[in-house]
Amino acid sequence: MISLPGLKHNTGKTLMTHAVLLTYTVIALFPILVIIVNAFKSRKAIFKDPLALPSLDSFSLAGFEQVLGRADFGLYFGNSMIVTLISLFFVLLFGAMAAWALTEYKFRGNLFLAVLIAMGIMIPIRLGTVSILNLMASLDLVNTLTALVLVYIAQGLPLAVFILSEFIRQVPKELKEAARCDNVSEYKIFFTIILPLIRPAMATVAVFTMIPIWNDLWFPLILAPGESTQTITLGVQQFIGQYVTDWNAVLSSLTLAIVPVLVLYVIFSRQLIRGLTSGAVK
Amino acid sequence: MADVKLSNIKKSYGDTPVLHGIDLDIKHGEFVVLVGASGCGKSTLLRLIAGLEDISSGELHIGDQQVNALAPAQRGIAMVFQSYALYPHMTVFKNMSYGLKIAGKGKDFIDAKVREAARILHIDHLLERLPRELSGGQRQRVAIGRAIVRDPNVFLFDEPLSNLDAALRVKTRVEIGKLHKELGATIIYVTHDQVEAMTLGDKIVVMNQGRVEQCGSPLELYQHPATRFVGGFIGSPKMNFIDGKVAALGGDHIEIQLSNGCRSRACVEAGDLKVGDPVTLGVRPEHIDERSDAGTMLSGDVTLVERLGEASFIYLTLSDGTEIVVRGSGESTVTTSEHIKVSFAPHNAHVFDSNDRALRRLKAGNVHSTAELAQLKAVGQEAF
Repeated sequence: MISLPGLKHNTGKTLMTHAVLLTYTVIALFPILVIIVNAFKSRKAIFKDPLALPSLDSFSLAGFEQVLGRADFGLYFGNSMIVTLISLFFVLLFGAMAAWALTEYKFRGNLFLAVLIAMGIMIPIRLGTVSILNLMASLDLVNTLTALVLVYIAQGLPLAVFILSEFIRQVPKELKEAARCDNVSEYKIFFTIILPLIRPAMATVAVFTMIPIWNDLWFPLILAPGESTQTITLGVQQFIGQYVTDWNAVLSSLTLAIVPVLVLYVIFSRQLIRGLTSGAVK
Repeated sequence: MADVKLSNIKKSYGDTPVLHGIDLDIKHGEFVVLVGASGCGKSTLLRLIAGLEDISSGELHIGDQQVNALAPAQRGIAMVFQSYALYPHMTVFKNMSYGLKIAGKGKDFIDAKVREAARILHIDHLLERLPRELSGGQRQRVAIGRAIVRDPNVFLFDEPLSNLDAALRVKTRVEIGKLHKELGATIIYVTHDQVEAMTLGDKIVVMNQGRVEQCGSPLELYQHPATRFVGGFIGSPKMNFIDGKVAALGGDHIEIQLSNGCRSRACVEAGDLKVGDPVTLGVRPEHIDERSDAGTMLSGDVTLVERLGEASFIYLTLSDGTEIVVRGSGESTVTTSEHIKVSFAPHNAHVFDSNDRALRRLKAGNVHSTAELAQLKAVGQEAF
């Protein structure tokens, strides 16, 4: 009987927590829901009642037909995929390598480099847009995907290094020493011992890195606005005119743009398993 | 297979010296135990031998090769870590075979090696499991197995038993002892547990504050501790120390005036001691008798009695406040706050000079004749 008040209190607390979280979820998901719902409605229905679910009368795939019918949509999509995946790959690779070097090895300038990278988290890369544009222009990289990839790697690295350093520091020192006794080279230690152990952290970093890149409008607009290098977010803009906006097409392409991020997220989130290091050391 | 030779090995972290010149000779096939309180530098020394840390100065030879600058893997050593350090994402088989695979050995060779080691350690049935699916004792075996498959010249064990529970520790200790006989390999073993040291070691190296206090066989350390530290460290409960002054010098003994007023005889070489020099008398709890007629008599108040069944540890406070422990019989009826008399024989006494160096004992382990005992008893009575 003694534990009952405590139990009640806990239930109340749990309810409160869930109420807050649910409210937040609804607020966060509402715009996305509106986009998806309206993507499947006719133009008229969108304006008549934006919040209504598609009915038999109002159901229309006109937007999707319009979007998929245009050949360049596939191109934009491909551009976004290429830029996101290549940037992501290098951010993870270089981020983990830098984190390993900064935490494992003592060398001159170690602290200086670490602080420099930490500053990269605090200073938004967009402040340097003008210089970046100048740089890309002199490198003759304007209107190439390479320009975007380079910028996104720079943008993603600081946070990646920061998060991965913390995780690498938690890998028991004895594991590396045992590997060294086994004559495992430093590269092999990194790729076969450290990387598998920090997989959950890599997945976290991947999610945090991927979403801003996929959603970015700023750099594609400035560095690669050319017809052949547009990304999906930039491509959607062409349905938004000064006088007429093709809402069906805009909403449909936005809906389609959610899909790949969602797929990638599902893949990475499966890696977020806890207790991967359990059993290594007591 | 190889001897290990350490010459004047020093190690410092920045300006802080940790090891002050260690000299040590380890013969092939020897089981050497490095023992000492935590922070004495024993693990550091092991890591220097392993090559996990750089030697600040001095030379380390394994076999006929100077290995100061070699990487761990090139030294022909294998290390078993206190925390086991198994690769958590690899199965037991992969854990054990990884080193061989890196070395580029053939698949059949690796398979045979791993299975042989697994058979010796009785872990054949666990080869496909992941470390997290094993118990502590099993993980320890895998860690040892990983060392065995590499056929090292020298095995290094860093407190391998300290994460196991008491029963398993005793069992694994026995198995490590058997394993040593079976493999005939050189083993350097670090522990803070003097029971492990005494039971396993052919040779024990007692370390204190970055120096080797004494190095010798278990019984040598027990019977002839070279310093007060070793006397206190080896043996459990630890040796009792009573301050005193040299009262008289005899041919084969000295007489000591103890701080509690008693006069004691000790069968040690006097060396350069003069009458009046301060000394410390050391006597082990197991050498103090509950009876009062074994030689030097001490009397005091019982403050605590620990009953272990086979023995009782009686804690006494002497008249001058010195505390001593007596190992009494299991059936002892002594109770707390009783005033009792205990005694010890002169041949069981250790004497340490003012620099804590031991004086050579003349009759360690010898039993006195009845006549001698009677005489000693007389001296004790007189003093009392």
